[in-house]
Amino acid sequence: MNFEFSEDQNLLREQAKGFLSDNCSTKVVRKILEGDESFDQDLWRQIVEMGWTAAVIPEEFDGLGLSYLELSVIAEELGRVYAPVPFSSSVYLATESLLAAGSKEQKNNWLPKLANGSVIGCFAAVEGSGQISPSTISTTVQDGVISGAKIPVADGDVADFAIVIARDDKGVSAYLVSLTGSGVSRQTVETLDPTRSHARIDFSEASAELLGEAGQGWALLDKVYNRAAILFAWEQLGCADAALEMAREYSMGRFAFGRPIASYQAIKHKLVNIYVKNSLARSNCYYGSWALSTDAPELPIAAAAARVAAIQAGYLASKENIQTHGGMGFTWEFDCQLPYRRSKLLSINIGSEAVWQEKLISAIESERAA
Amino acid sequence: MDFNDTPEEAKFRQEARQWLAANIPDKKELAGLDTIAAAKLWQKRKYDAGWACITWPEAHGGRGATPIEKVIWEQEEGKYNITEDNITEDVFSIGHGMCAPTMMAWATEEQNSKYLPRLASGEDIWCQLFSEPAGGSDLAALRTRAEKDGDEWVINGQKIWTTGAHYSDYAILVLRTDPTVPKHQGLTYFFIDMKSPGIEVKPIRQISGGANFNEVYLTDVRVSDSQRLGAVGQGWQVAITTLMNERASIGSGGGGVNFDRVFELAGKVNIGDKPALEDSGVRRKLADWYIQEAGLKYNGYRSLSALSRGETPGPESSIGKLVGAPKLQDMSSFALDLLDSSGAILDHEFSEDAGKYQNAFLNSPGLRIAGGTDEIMANIIAERVLGMPQDVRVDKGIPFNEIPTSG
Repeated sequence: MNFEFSEDQNLLREQAKGFLSDNCSTKVVRKILEGDESFDQDLWRQIVEMGWTAAVIPEEFDGLGLSYLELSVIAEELGRVYAPVPFSSSVYLATESLLAAGSKEQKNNWLPKLANGSVIGCFAAVEGSGQISPSTISTTVQDGVISGAKIPVADGDVADFAIVIARDDKGVSAYLVSLTGSGVSRQTVETLDPTRSHARIDFSEASAELLGEAGQGWALLDKVYNRAAILFAWEQLGCADAALEMAREYSMGRFAFGRPIASYQAIKHKLVNIYVKNSLARSNCYYGSWALSTDAPELPIAAAAARVAAIQAGYLASKENIQTHGGMGFTWEFDCQLPYRRSKLLSINIGSEAVWQEKLISAIESERAA
Repeated sequence: MDFNDTPEEAKFRQEARQWLAANIPDKKELAGLDTIAAAKLWQKRKYDAGWACITWPEAHGGRGATPIEKVIWEQEEGKYNITEDNITEDVFSIGHGMCAPTMMAWATEEQNSKYLPRLASGEDIWCQLFSEPAGGSDLAALRTRAEKDGDEWVINGQKIWTTGAHYSDYAILVLRTDPTVPKHQGLTYFFIDMKSPGIEVKPIRQISGGANFNEVYLTDVRVSDSQRLGAVGQGWQVAITTLMNERASIGSGGGGVNFDRVFELAGKVNIGDKPALEDSGVRRKLADWYIQEAGLKYNGYRSLSALSRGETPGPESSIGKLVGAPKLQDMSSFALDLLDSSGAILDHEFSEDAGKYQNAFLNSPGLRIAGGTDEIMANIIAERVLGMPQDVRVDKGIPFNEIPTSG
């Protein structure tokens, strides 16, 4: 039994931690929160230089060819510091879409650029309120041109291209669309977490290139979301652990009625509940990473379990962290808002808790029917 | 990451499997034996072949196996249902899991050579006389007195919640030897023959109707000073050895109520005109239990990985009972809801799954209390894992006989 990260992977974690604590303090995150920039370009450049965007891209496309265990480690550490960069869109969604369905030519065109950070990718599926399904997609492609509106698209305002889920004469398909060409207009939209930029993208007869088989867009979305769910879960867990640590540290130093509030059972039990949920989420994430790194048939179950567990952990940790801080936790000045915002954003970005609970039970049903 | 044994582990597993396949008692052999006799038969057979208490030193009846080998052995043995409710575990778990480690740490070599092999072979069963009516979560508030009389101590008082006292041969116990000093300092630890004159065992009937626990009354019971473990006044420190092993010994014993069972049940019963399993509320609840169960399972794998590398499992291993016991209660309650009105039926002939959910519902409150209540477990995790300070203790530093009590 070896259900642990390897020594090399732990070493990578230490490097990532050290790098991020030097270069992604909450001061850096707050600069994006309070300023007009969509993401921290300096941090992004350094992340690219460290090779993180190239991590799982095969060497033949100028990537590092590392495993998803390494990427999991990176994801957790990025989540722990609420990194204000388009990593999840470009790496977990756009890169994964190309790896899963790209033609040789498309891979050659895009993967080396994604690896070296000269382009940023994003994933455009949602078209407004409520859960998406094949029947809610109204963005349309005809004769190689795309028209319609996508909102919200994470990092849609800063990406160079998007993987767009659209309707065509074969049903629902995935398209690769350059966002810098004609027929594309985009505007940044204000969101729950300004440290992660989102956009509305309007396509008006922009040129679109089929990605994967026509009519297989929804299957591709499912596949990419399942894989991304595990990495989102690690980010979410990193964020939840940061919230727990913030609450713990504050409770040790804050005195009320003559003693640290950490000595009250009401606070202890609150933080233990968080610790328990984080621990359960972590073990589910381990299993998810194992499934992802081995392409196991259990992946859909493992992904949904990791995602649901991490969503629940993130919510509990981030809201009870504010509660532990009392009034100060509610102020703009304190950092409690960072995990609270990020946690909720992560938990709705690629489908909410209810969606993934349903996916989990459906996947278990399919497994048992097989 | 992989789930495979190392070559040495695989070899050990193979050896264990072969021995179990050849030696597991069949139904015929156990017919007519009560649970204790059946458990003793199996324990003796394991002992004779060197498969009992395998991590203990050979001199004490074990085979000096590693912790990971113990886990492998338990996994393989666990594949057989020795008796219907696997009573072998219940009879010996306290003796093997708690009494023996305490003896190994504190008794003389002569005592260990005398008592431990008999405990390993199943010839003797041991129990633990700790809790008292006035000292449960606050164990150190116990009041049963021991007074020195020559080379002996004379014991008077009452213990409670003693699992298996009615069939045990020996017990470990903590007693108050000095009520004039602060509570933790006035305790002393002994082991004792349960057949000693003056010991009276009365079963306690539980909510479930069963009687696994007892009250134990001690009236002028005499124990030799040579059966003292640790120094006079050092009892709390010795008790900590026992308690550290308790968490490992008390599982979350699900009685067969788990995700798989409730998932199946939801497919069989209806909500409205459709199977309950098609109801989105039911599906969301099932998803939540699945992640708890999977989380605990993979937590276990992480602990195993640490053991496999010869390391001590991390703090994640401490959450099992705190998650498992409330989960069992909630799942069994939910299963009764799914059964709707017929959830009331405990009668094995008419109830779904022979009363499994009803029994789990009635038994589960005990699991949230035994071996440390949910609240005490949370305090332990807060203090030991998260490093948070102890609560204020108003009895700190006060002589035991001056501490206010409830009566």
